[in-house]
Order: sequence, then structure tokens, then C-alpha cells
Amino acid sequence: MSFISKPKVANPSLPSNELGLNRRDYEGSMSTLCAGCGHDSVTAAIVQAAYELALPPQSVVKLSGIGCSSKTTAYFVAGAHGFNAVHGRMPSIATGANAANRNLRYIGVSGDGDSLSIGVGQLAHVIRRNLDMVYILENNGVYGLTKGQFSASADIGTKSKKGEANEQEPIDPVLLALALGASFVARSFSGDKEQLVPLIKAGLSHSGFAIIDVLSPCVTFNDHEGSTKSYAYVREHSEAPVAADYVAPQREISVSYAPGELLPVTMHDGSSVLLRKLDPDYDPTDRAQAAAYVQERAMRNEYVTGLIYVDQKRRDFHARANTTDAALNSVPFERLCPGAAKLPRILASFR
Amino acid sequence: MPERASASPRVNDFSVKFATVNGSGSTSANSLVMKAIFRMGVPVVSKNYFPSNIQGLPTWYEIRVTRDGWRARAGSVDIMVAMNAETYSSDVREVCAGGCLIYDSTWPSNTLLARDDIKTFGVPFAQLCNENFEGARARTLMKNIMYAGALAALIDLDLEVIRTLLAETFAKKPALVESNMKAIEIGYRYAKEKFACPLATRIERMNATAGHIMIDGNTAAALGCLYAGATVGAWYPITPSTSLMDAFRSLCARHRVDPKTGKNDYVIVQAEDELAAIGIVIGASWNGVRAFTPTSGPGISLMEEFLGLAYYAEVPAVIFDVQRVGPSTGMPTRTQQCDLLACAYASHGDTRHVMLFPDSPEECFQMAVKAFDLAERLQTPVFVLLDLDIGMNDWMAPDFKWDDSYQPDRGKMLSDEQVAGLSKFHRYLDPDGDGIPYRTLPGVSPKAAYFTRGSGHNRFGVYTEDSAEYQDVMDRLTRKFATAARLVPPAIVESRGASAGIVSLGSCDAPVREALAILRRSGTAIDYLRVRGFPFGAEVEEFLATHQAIFVVEQNRDAQLRSLLTLETAVDKKKLRSILHYNGLPMPAVCIVDGINSAMATGVAA
Ligand SMILES: Cc1ncc(C[n+]2csc(CCOP(=O)(O)OP(=O)(O)O)c2C)c(N)n1
Ligand code: SF4
Ligand SMILES: [Mg+2]
Repeated sequence: MSFISKPKVANPSLPSNELGLNRRDYEGSMSTLCAGCGHDSVTAAIVQAAYELALPPQSVVKLSGIGCSSKTTAYFVAGAHGFNAVHGRMPSIATGANAANRNLRYIGVSGDGDSLSIGVGQLAHVIRRNLDMVYILENNGVYGLTKGQFSASADIGTKSKKGEANEQEPIDPVLLALALGASFVARSFSGDKEQLVPLIKAGLSHSGFAIIDVLSPCVTFNDHEGSTKSYAYVREHSEAPVAADYVAPQREISVSYAPGELLPVTMHDGSSVLLRKLDPDYDPTDRAQAAAYVQERAMRNEYVTGLIYVDQKRRDFHARANTTDAALNSVPFERLCPGAAKLPRILASFR
Repeated sequence: MPERASASPRVNDFSVKFATVNGSGSTSANSLVMKAIFRMGVPVVSKNYFPSNIQGLPTWYEIRVTRDGWRARAGSVDIMVAMNAETYSSDVREVCAGGCLIYDSTWPSNTLLARDDIKTFGVPFAQLCNENFEGARARTLMKNIMYAGALAALIDLDLEVIRTLLAETFAKKPALVESNMKAIEIGYRYAKEKFACPLATRIERMNATAGHIMIDGNTAAALGCLYAGATVGAWYPITPSTSLMDAFRSLCARHRVDPKTGKNDYVIVQAEDELAAIGIVIGASWNGVRAFTPTSGPGISLMEEFLGLAYYAEVPAVIFDVQRVGPSTGMPTRTQQCDLLACAYASHGDTRHVMLFPDSPEECFQMAVKAFDLAERLQTPVFVLLDLDIGMNDWMAPDFKWDDSYQPDRGKMLSDEQVAGLSKFHRYLDPDGDGIPYRTLPGVSPKAAYFTRGSGHNRFGVYTEDSAEYQDVMDRLTRKFATAARLVPPAIVESRGASAGIVSLGSCDAPVREALAILRRSGTAIDYLRVRGFPFGAEVEEFLATHQAIFVVEQNRDAQLRSLLTLETAVDKKKLRSILHYNGLPMPAVCIVDGINSAMATGVAA
């Protein structure tokens, strides 16, 4: 049996959140990924974010496709239902699940192969639907699980472990998401927990589709010299124009910054994301500027990270569908079925 | 079984075919005639033969008037309304000897003279329209309505019935009632003046349609989805299934909007393709609603990977496959029963699926409801296999019934209270020995959480690569399939002890029943079994065992039902003889009668 269950050791010394749960209560089963794999750090950041937000575990739904990255939904929030879909098709499962119950939090985890090759169609359309979910794309530039082939996010000139160079144009998920009108677009690095955890929290509070492209190195197949997705390269070449701090609904915004530097964005659930401008000219609510900025830095071999774009006003999937506020799966049958009394009227139009 | 009455055979027993150009408004004229006959109490069968095109190609509509209430296509034409110059010569050829031809005599045509064994009625439709109506569009539309008027005089339709129908159709546009009625009357008067009306081939009022409706199977299935409490529909448009979702949408707009909030108790997603459509259905069903997708063959091909996941991870899903002619894009607007094997074994690996085979709109309504019950009870995909003929043609059906005591069978879904009482939940155990495990919904309790995956898993729902654990789950799925055979609707069996039998399914029922009556009149007794579900129940096995010769009647080239019978029952393959019809048109009874008679003649069956 390749499943490794984690012994739960009660540790009274661990701090607990408002629900009385500690960080370990948000963990899942033991990871079977390679030691040092970036994906494990992303898992840890999700655990931290869920713990800090004090999410009831059962209020979370975890979804993924297929790949090393997609396996990780088993490694966090054991008390949540999880669904490993087929390769590249998690967005449609998420759409259906969310259609059935709009009142849960949907966390999707995918890889660059899962999202940008086989699944690029489903990713494009779930963005267009503005489905309320967080979509974490664990981006390592390769297909980890099938042993290191280039993925569609591999940069031109990047070298595989065996030494071949990629010549095809990469797909940048951030630019793709911006082009398709995603309402929350962020990028981060698995090695930067300070940046990643608040972004996940903000994404979870965002009403609509929140995509976070997380550069998450594959230590086994793509962490060498000549790779643009290695730990060393990403660390060297990342730059954030804004920093995002998450502020829970009831908390006061207490940090003080020079005027003009601070941009509080109020999220749907009453929380806010405080954006601190590191580049004074950057405006994360301007989609065209955001895309130009990302593209321009990419030409200089730099990854733009942080909360790149946010639009809180875009109507989400259910708002557009005018769905009832209650979870559809809780609407009683009596309300759904017109019953025998109404049938004659319906049939009358067929005579 | 209605027997042929002995009165004058042409009264209330003939067929009319309309040859027109699509996009010219002929559909409303044709259905007006069909509805008028139906309202006069005379049973009708209607078949629409339309091109995969929006405007300008030939299209035909056939009305069979059948006082005996047969439901199959006639297979011959008594009256042809030939309004399309392009198909004129072949249309003229199709009229049976002694039949009639109605044509536009504005421009004399030589081919008219091609036959002297039929009666011809020339009406200068174009000229009459030009004299009476303004504008090119109105003239084209009114020409079509006008032929309905001329036909009404010839076959003695009641103009008041037509007026009432028009008034209902154009309730919101009274001006259209008048202009349409004017066109009808012009055609009617012309025919009355010039010809000896009515013909011997005509309509006489009956009282055989009371308590019946004219409805297509797609609409009926959509109504079933509404009544079954389905709340999520996902689809990608494809003929001939599109009208199922269209109907569901308009039914929901009327019956599923909360009057207090104005909000919808349903979600319809037009997905980017069929892969996504079935994914949405699986995700929604997994999360506790009744969800469905309507599609056709090409969509089934695309859905295969997901269907295997739903089978193996045990997630309910309801798929309506309105079959059309394959392979590949095939003939999208023609009918066939060609997806039986594709659905039965959809997806790689060992997979087998539950299928239902409605024979009529009435069963589409009932089986739509049944499909959701079965999908949730069995936690597996359920296919409802319609075909274009059932799905898109109007059929006369007895008024649908609904029993308010119906409660949806949500299957083994643990309630919140049951979850609360759990010490630990395991997803794939078989405590009841029927192969069906228990499931829980997200959002209830951390205790109920489990992980759904298409990768190897053991009975606890945990990832595995252990041979014994894998096999354990696969063997339980086999037990579950055996349970399914006891739950699907049983076959309809009509045995009178004959040594030969017919086995058939779906829309073949109409021609099979008519063929059986014809054969009986000539002294040939044959038993009949119509399968309504897959996996096959014990009654199918028994019928196959107790008959010496079995004719398997179906609408595809490769005898797919016969293949399924040989694969899934103990029947001796040599006993099964195929009668196949696969040209894309609905099967007429004569095809079966001929097939059986020639088999009898060669001594294959006694
Ligand atoms: C239909 C299908 N084709 C191919 C595969 C094989 N496969 C499994 S994972 C994978 C690539 C995963 O790459 P990525 O999403 O980047 O995940 P990573 O392993 O890099 O985290 C492939 C091609 C599959 N599971 N299904
Ligand atoms: S192969 Fe790469 S992506 Fe997969 S677990 Fe190992 S390090 Fe992570
Ligand atoms: Mg990858």
C-alpha cells in the first residue's frame, strides 16, 4: 500500500485558531512527493492559510487533475472532501460541484501540464465563467509525473536535464488569465511563504475565479543550471510590484504607510487585502497595464509576482446564472417538482 | 392491438408528404395540418426529414393518418405536396399508384406528364400569393400556408379547427392570424372551385385522440428531468439533442423561478465541449444534485475518459444520447440506433454501463425520472438512449401521468444525522451485499470526508497499487452490475408460445408491432420481447432460451443489439438472425415483414 497515513499526535502546545483547531488539523495524509519538491511547500502554505482563516474543514472542497501537483489535494485538510479528476479536466468538475453547492470553498490544485497543455481549454473556460474558486497552478516547467518532458510553460532556451533546449513559445498562465478576463490574478513562488500565504487567503476571500501561478520547482527533473524554473533561478529573477497583506473581516487596518502607497481592496466576505505598492506606478486594478507590465518584465527574464490584478466587481458564475442563494443540493424536492396538479396545464400546450 | 378496420380504406388511413425548401416557413404549415387532423380526433404519425443546414436545402415532412393508431412511418406516399422544384421529379416518382399530387401550377412543368397513374392538382400558389400579398418574404411564407388551405379542401379538414390553431399559435400577434387565415382560405377556395372536393382519400372526424398529446421525445425527456428534480444541466449543442436542453430551459423558466426572490432553482451551463459537459454533470452529481447532459454520438466519443472515472469512482450521472447516423459526423439529421456498444462499454478498462431504451416520448418522460433514480441508487452513469426519430419527431402519446407520492431515490447517501452517528466513514464498503457502497456529501462534517479518485483505490477509498485491494473493488463493481440488472425496467414480453420471437428495442417498437399484426393476419405467429434496460434481466435470458429462432430487429449496420445479446447472455449465437435498417430514415413495418417472410421461406424459422 503506497498510502502513508500520518499519525495524529495531539500537541496541546500548538496554538489554535477561532475554531479551536491547530495547524495540524489542516494537514492531510503524508506526501509521497520527492524530498524538496516545491509542491510540498505549496501544500504547507495552503494548510497555513486554511488554519489562519479558521475554515471549518468540511466547508472546503479540494479538486485537482492528474500530476505530482494534482496529488497534493490529499495532503491538506483531511476533513474536506477531495476529488482527483482526470488529467486536465478539474475545472469542469469544479464547475459542477460549485453549481450544486455555492456555499463551500473550492480549492483547485493543478500543474502546468494539467493546466496549460491537456487542460488549457478547460482552464480558459472556467476563467470565462468566473467560477468562485481558488485555482493554484503549481508551475515547474515540466511534466513531473511522467518524468521530465517539457511542459507548455517551459521558456524558450530553457534546457532539459538531458540538455535539449526548448524552442517553443511558452504559455504564461498569468498573461493567459489576464487576456481571458480573470478577476484575480497572482503569481508567487513555493519558496516564499510570506508572500504565498496571504495570496491564498485573499484568493479564498475573492468572489470569483482567483488564479495563483506558483513557481514550484521540480527538484528531480527541472532544478538544474539552464532551467528557468529552478529554485536558484526563480529566487534570482522574481520581482513584486505590490505586496499583499490579508486582513480578516473583523480586524482593523492598523498598519500605517505613506499615503498613496496603500491600496485596500475590500473582499466579498468583508475581509480586505492591503496592497502595498513597491513600484509606485503600478496599479493592480488596471488590467491592460498589468498585462503590459508582466510582459515587459518577462522580456527581461523576470517573473512578476504578488497580486498582479484584482477586480472585485465582476459578477461571478452564480450571479450571472441568477442562482438561488441556498445550495442547490439543499433545495427540497417539493420545490423542484411541479407535481401532478400542474401537469395538465403543461400537457395542454401539446394538443 | 388495433386491427385494420374494414371500412373504405382511404378514409383516415393514408399518408401525405410535403416536399419543401428548408427555412421557408413550411414547418409551421405542415404542423398546422398535422395538428388539425389530430384535433379532429384522428391519430397521426409525423416525421420530419430535414437537412443539416439552415436555409435553402430540400426538406420533407410526412404525415401518416392512421385510424388504427399505428405509430410507425408509413413507408409509402398517397398524397404528395410537391413545392420544391429541385426535388420535383423524384417526389413525383414516390407517389404510389392511384395517389395524388398537389403542385404549384404557376409555371407549367413537363415532368408533370411523367405519370398517368396518379391524379394531379395544380394550384397557382405563387401567382395567387403575388396577387394577394405584398413583399417577397410574405409571399414565400404565405405560399406555404396556402398549400395547407388547398390540402384542407381536398382532404376535408375543418377550417374552424385550423382557425383555432392559428389563434393559439399567434395569440400575441392577432394580425398574423388574419393574414395566415386569408392565405388558407384562398387555397381552400381555389381547390373547392376547381376540383371535386373532398377526395375519397380524406379525413372524417373520429374520437381517437382524446386524452392524448402530440409531443417529441426530447421535450418529454426534459419534462422528466424537471419532474425528477434535476437542477444542473450541462451541454454542448449537437443535433438531435439540442431541443432537449432548450425544452428544459423553457420549462425551468416557467416552473423553477422562485416567485419571491426571482432567483433560479437550477443552473444550465453551456459548456465549451462535451468533455466539460460530462465533467460538470459528474461534479454536480458528486456534490448531491441531480444533473444531466443531453448529447449525441460524437459527444459520447468525447466523454469516454470521464465516463470511466464516474464508473470507477462511482459517481452518478445521467446522459441522454439522442442517437444520429454515424460514424463520425455522419448524417446529423437522420436517425439510427448506432451507439449501443459505444455506450455499453464506454471508456478504457473494464467498464460496463447501465442503459435505458425508451420506445416513445411517454417512456422518455418516465425513463428520465427512472434514470436519475438508478444513477443515484447505483452511483454510476446511466444512459438514456433515444434516437432522432423519438427525440425530434412529434408522436401521439397518452397524457403523461404523475404520481405525487413519488419521492426521488437518492440511494445510499448518508444524511447529516447518519453522519453524526458515525465513528468513521469508509467510502467503498459493501455492508448490504448488493455491491453498492454508501456515500456522503461535502459540507456536512469532517468525519464524512473522503477522497474521490480514478486511480487505484481500496475499499476504504484510499489510494492503492496492491493487486488484491484493486481486485476487491473491481469484483464488487461486478456485483453491483448484477444488482443493476434487477433494477432496470424489465423487458416487455409478449409470448403466446410461438417458437420464433422478435427481440428489439427503442423506436423499433412501432414498426415491430405493426409487422406482428400483419404477419398474424397471414397466419404467422411470432412472440416479442422489447428490451428496456441494460444489463439484461433474467426475463431476457429466458426468452432467448425458450425460442428456437430469434429475429433481432434494430437500426444499425453492425447488429449491435445482437452483439450485446451474445456478449451478455448465454444465448446460442446461431439462433439470432438480424433484421437491420440503417439508411437513416425511421424503420417502416414492411422492412420487418419482408425480413421475416423471406427467412420463413428459406426455412430458417418455423
Ligand atoms: C489522458 C492522459 N494522458 C496522459 C497522462 C499522463 N500524465 C500524467 S501526469 C502528466 C503530466 C503532469 O504534468 P503537470 O501537470 O505539470 O504536473 P507535475 O507532475 O509536473 O506536477 C501526464 C502527461 C494521463 N494521466 N492522462
Ligand atoms: S518529480 Fe518533480 S514534481 Fe514530481 S514529486 Fe518529484 S520533484 Fe515534485
Ligand atoms: Mg509540471
